[in-house]
Amino acid sequence: MTKTSPSSYDEMLHADGSVRSAYAGYCQWHDEQPPDLLRRKGSEAEAFFRRTGITFNVYGNEDAEERLIPFDMVPRIITAQQWRKLQRGIEQRVRALNAFLHDLYHRQEIVRSGRLPARLLKNNEAFLPEMVGFTPPGGVYTHIVGIDLVRTGEDDFMVLEDNARTPSGVSYMLENRETMMAMFPELFTRVRVREVSDYPRRLARSLAACAPSAFGGNKPVVAVLTPGIYNSAYFEHAFLADQMGAELVEGSDLRVENGRIAMRTTRGYQPIDVLYRRVDDEFLDPLTFNPNSVLGVSGIMDVYRGGGITIANAPGTGIADDKAIYSFMPEIVEFYTGEKPILQNVPTWRCAESDALAYVLDNLADLVVKEVHGSGGYGMLIGPTSSKKELAAFEAKLRARPENYIAQPTLSLSTVPILTKAGLAPRHVDLRPFVLVSPNGIDITPGGLTRVALKKGSLVVNSSQGGGTKDSWVLDD
Amino acid sequence: MLGRSANGIFWLFRYLERAENISRLIEAGFRMALTRDASDASDEWRSLIVTLGLRQAFEARHGTEYTGPHVFNFILRDKDNPGSILAITEEARTNARMVRGGITREVWESVNDGWMQLKEALARPVTETRLGAVLDLVRRQSTQVRGAMEGTMLRNEIYNFARLGSFIERADNTARILDVKYYVLLPSVSYVGSSLDNVQWENVLRSVAGERAYRWLNAGRMDPRGIAEFLILDGRFPRSLAFCYSKLRSNLASLAREYGGEMHCHEILRDADCQFHHATIEAIFEQGLHEFIGTFIRNNTALALQIQRDYRFID
Repeated sequence: MTKTSPSSYDEMLHADGSVRSAYAGYCQWHDEQPPDLLRRKGSEAEAFFRRTGITFNVYGNEDAEERLIPFDMVPRIITAQQWRKLQRGIEQRVRALNAFLHDLYHRQEIVRSGRLPARLLKNNEAFLPEMVGFTPPGGVYTHIVGIDLVRTGEDDFMVLEDNARTPSGVSYMLENRETMMAMFPELFTRVRVREVSDYPRRLARSLAACAPSAFGGNKPVVAVLTPGIYNSAYFEHAFLADQMGAELVEGSDLRVENGRIAMRTTRGYQPIDVLYRRVDDEFLDPLTFNPNSVLGVSGIMDVYRGGGITIANAPGTGIADDKAIYSFMPEIVEFYTGEKPILQNVPTWRCAESDALAYVLDNLADLVVKEVHGSGGYGMLIGPTSSKKELAAFEAKLRARPENYIAQPTLSLSTVPILTKAGLAPRHVDLRPFVLVSPNGIDITPGGLTRVALKKGSLVVNSSQGGGTKDSWVLDD
Repeated sequence: MLGRSANGIFWLFRYLERAENISRLIEAGFRMALTRDASDASDEWRSLIVTLGLRQAFEARHGTEYTGPHVFNFILRDKDNPGSILAITEEARTNARMVRGGITREVWESVNDGWMQLKEALARPVTETRLGAVLDLVRRQSTQVRGAMEGTMLRNEIYNFARLGSFIERADNTARILDVKYYVLLPSVSYVGSSLDNVQWENVLRSVAGERAYRWLNAGRMDPRGIAEFLILDGRFPRSLAFCYSKLRSNLASLAREYGGEMHCHEILRDADCQFHHATIEAIFEQGLHEFIGTFIRNNTALALQIQRDYRFID
């Protein structure tokens, strides 16, 4: 039904063109459908998204203030067995991340033991001195984590990034599934797919379990803090608040009252127990961080340190998904869990180290180079698709501030077919499962967000750079 | 609920109501203009701009040349008019996005869908041929949102704030039409009513979608006093001042029940409400129709402000 790209692992088809077992049920259904059905449904889906307002905003692009993230109708399918392994690996990694954060903001045993160079913390803006010596309620730092996974072979899943600050995209996981179920209900009677729709309930439960012990009682007040309707992920903030039955607040709704953070309601100010903030650390508290911020709450850090509120994720968690720290994750996992990492890292050269820098400069045309603090696919170089001029320009940047960069091999990411005008065609994908952490444990929703590079051969899956999404299925046993 | 959300809901429904009312006004003006010669038609268009309080802005843009397409395009979509139907529909949608969690999916989708359609329809200048369809679209959006609200929203504080927004705005609109057109209804102009008067009176009714209801109630007989009574005091007509205030009364009462007590705005409402209880149209004319309307508009604005204060719409 489609051709695979010769160098990459295709998740639907074997090299000989036969269908892999994960996709057997889907392909059988697919082959029975009239040829133009999926395409027709595609435009239905688009109209549906526009009407429901599932859009994202792109900064600095005035023409397209609200754009749709393209949705592809061919699901991305993971078998129950593959998922079990991923689940164990993710859980281990997230456990390590939380232990690591606690250690970094307390005794720093990992630095003392010589496993992590102290220089990585020095002058690193993601490391917040305000958090030193403080333990968040329940000891949880990363209440919500999105682990970005890439796949290069049958059993080869690797972690590309640990999003430990405020990972986004979970609303697409939920809406993509809703859309698929609305458009192809009979497909779901034929293939048994594990449910994702209870994520908001799980999130609400997990956040509530993290309320400060002195407050909250049996029904803690949870609120979602958004920068406002012009934020690119506003739809998601509103969606999650709605689904959790929590208030969606902005900085201007909040103030400090009697050592608590309170929101202005129509009945007066009411204290909040858990704040799921979708505002970056820097903007959280103008008294402590960026004094020009209007998105946060003056004095929230004092309230937080005084035990008056839970902030999810905790301020200062960004240090754990810093790309320079990332390269140490295998050591970090082993240090805190005493186990070998189940999920591998992508091999990474730290340009701060002179040997590594020399190698990176020699092989620039074959590598992907990323800014240590960057995100969203901005400020990165993809060697193989860059011109001589771009390479030279990037080389200059690298030489000027090598510590600002890491490099990775250009991975041959796995492919899953998308629906194109000419039929199914393989495109590169990644996967972001969503992980919830509370004192009651680590909870991973079976599925996640599959991002797909829509351009043939492209490896950039970021939605801000023209990537799309797919419904991600974990098969039931 | 958050004070900011209450504010968002309140304004969402004010803007939708306003867009609907403006579209009725344009339609009535357009109809009048069609039946008149060029200079009278131009007077009609001017009167429409005056009713909407846009005279200065309009003349800055087009001078004193009041042609139909200039006028209705200015009201519908001109960038120099911050109160254009396009702008307030966008405001309505922005508010709906802000309070997305407080409204049902049906309400949100009808707001969003209407906005998308209107944005497309108003992407280019509207011609006289297209005008009817565009106005229809505006009204249909408002109707659809209202229907979605009635059919799907919980009858709680959110619903009450939505309704307060709708009826404060509707009362204001009807009053403003009366304020500009009151001279047409003054009995001194003509007792019998020339055919021109008849057209003028009917136009007033048409501006508030009341021409059929009025005719039905009065067996087709037009008289200015009856029309004024109908628009001010007739509790059966959904765009009359009395009707709007009976709704405000019941929505504020149910808020008081939900909140376990009355606020200052309840007092203001009671005072304002008195004017309908025992009033007769004779007494109103005696007092002076214009004064009556002026006082009404001021009280209505004060009530809206007090609601916003009492329920902490703003800090």
